[in-house]
Amino acid sequence: MNNSNASNGDSKQEDSHSTKAIPDYKVERLDFPDNQVKKMVQSVVFGIFRFSATLNGFALLIVVYFMVSNGLSAITWEFLTQPPTDAMTKGGILPCIVGTFCLSLGAILIAFPIGVASAIYLNEYARPGRTIRIIRLGINNLAGVPSVVFGLFGLAFFVVWMKMGVSILAGALTLAAMSLPVIIGSTEEALRAVPDTYREASLGIGATKWQTIYRVVLPAALPGILTGGILGISRAAGETAPIMFTAAVFYTPYLPSSPFDEIMALPYHIYVLATAGTEIEATRHLQYGTAIVLIALVLGMNLAAIIYRAKLRKKMS
Amino acid sequence: MSNDKIIKMSSKQLNFFYGSFHALHDISLEMYKNQVTALIGPSGCGKSTFLRCLNRMNDLIPISRVEGQILLDNDDIYEPRVDVVLLRRRIGMVFQKPNPFPKTIFENVAYGMRVNGIKDKAVISNRVESSLKQSALWDEVKDRLHDTALGLSGGQQQRLCIARALAVDPEVLLMDEPASALDPIATQKIEELIRQLKESFTIVIVTHNMQQAARVSDMTAFFYMGKLIEFNQTDTLFTRPELKQTEDYITGRFG
Repeated sequence: MNNSNASNGDSKQEDSHSTKAIPDYKVERLDFPDNQVKKMVQSVVFGIFRFSATLNGFALLIVVYFMVSNGLSAITWEFLTQPPTDAMTKGGILPCIVGTFCLSLGAILIAFPIGVASAIYLNEYARPGRTIRIIRLGINNLAGVPSVVFGLFGLAFFVVWMKMGVSILAGALTLAAMSLPVIIGSTEEALRAVPDTYREASLGIGATKWQTIYRVVLPAALPGILTGGILGISRAAGETAPIMFTAAVFYTPYLPSSPFDEIMALPYHIYVLATAGTEIEATRHLQYGTAIVLIALVLGMNLAAIIYRAKLRKKMS
Repeated sequence: MSNDKIIKMSSKQLNFFYGSFHALHDISLEMYKNQVTALIGPSGCGKSTFLRCLNRMNDLIPISRVEGQILLDNDDIYEPRVDVVLLRRRIGMVFQKPNPFPKTIFENVAYGMRVNGIKDKAVISNRVESSLKQSALWDEVKDRLHDTALGLSGGQQQRLCIARALAVDPEVLLMDEPASALDPIATQKIEELIRQLKESFTIVIVTHNMQQAARVSDMTAFFYMGKLIEFNQTDTLFTRPELKQTEDYITGRFG
């Protein structure tokens, strides 16, 4: 009782104090400027943004239009199912399609597990310190290395030193090395996006760190991890420089039968036809046709991964 | 009166450091079996830090350091030979924000059993049912156990998290402001639940809400600036606090 009386008394005192304070100063009304200027600035700024975004869309559209208008005539059933003939001025590009497919698949099979494992280590296990900083520095710099340097590295290391020869394996390993930073980076980002409350909930109930990662963190991060894989493989599939010394050859009529075979590849085939072919001008439509096939192959792989990712997301939410 | 209470957990001269910051000073506190102990105090007073020392959740912070003892049934949980994974199974935790996994309702509750090696499907599904009944959620979810838990309301999610914690037979239940993200009706349900659960568990709850502490707890500890200021039976602490500082806080004059 005493307590409540005392506190009532206190609050009354405070009340009278605050009513006294009001007459001490006067609030003048502000003279706000016209709203029109504000609105105009906003519409101009948004206009610039919209223009930039539209420009991007157009760029892709123009690229595709250019290729299709120049190369569509080359795309026939024969083009997709036959090897080149007549010094590569006629015939198809089947060995290139198969070659690029093998290289991409090989690169992803090598780089994805290594990249994801590295990202898990860096993000979930490693305690921050000097070693981790050095490893990160290495990964970040790896991302900035020009692709032709990867090609030379692959030639020196995989082809010559490890005696793999010019082969699918050497090319896939080179492409894998090149796409690792992308995969590690996006996997780490996906892991960081998993709320810590999930980890705490799992650890708090008696799960080990690995159980927490395997059963809670990885499933939640999987869509993001796949995005990284898609990006990594898309980049690798279209590269010419890393495979020109390690896997691809100018011409071979044979399809590969083992990982140690050399192959033709789509990007390298375009490069060869456009710069070193016997009939550069006469094979323009073949070059564009090959480019269409390359883009379709990459888009197809992306699409498959995107559909799978969307399914995963739907399952979770 | 306090003679017939069994001490389930206690801290002895507990000090906690975040790097060079001394977050808890010489905390000595007993938590009695089948009682609810409320930890109150203004933000940053150390009550949540103390709670997270009780199941060694603070181990996850690399720069943290603990001195002193925390006893669970007279064994120091900070001894090197203690298996932290096993410890956390014995001391369950419910967090401030409901944090169900992005899995089905069933899998959320079954999770603790699965990671602790229970494989028998009948055992798991029986326990999922009984835990959901214990947390007063069963009637609301029994027809959609295999729907995602993220579709539940905030209050239901929090009761699911309680069921998830209960499913592994914990002895102690730590609750870190379990109702602070919920509306009044969901809060009321959680409070009713806490009163029922203390029949089977020892409960330690951190709360910002003093009425809540008064309503659900048997013992209340008032923390301020990393120190335990006053610890007493809840009705005594709220009606006849010994210290001016406690009185100022519970009457709402600061904090």
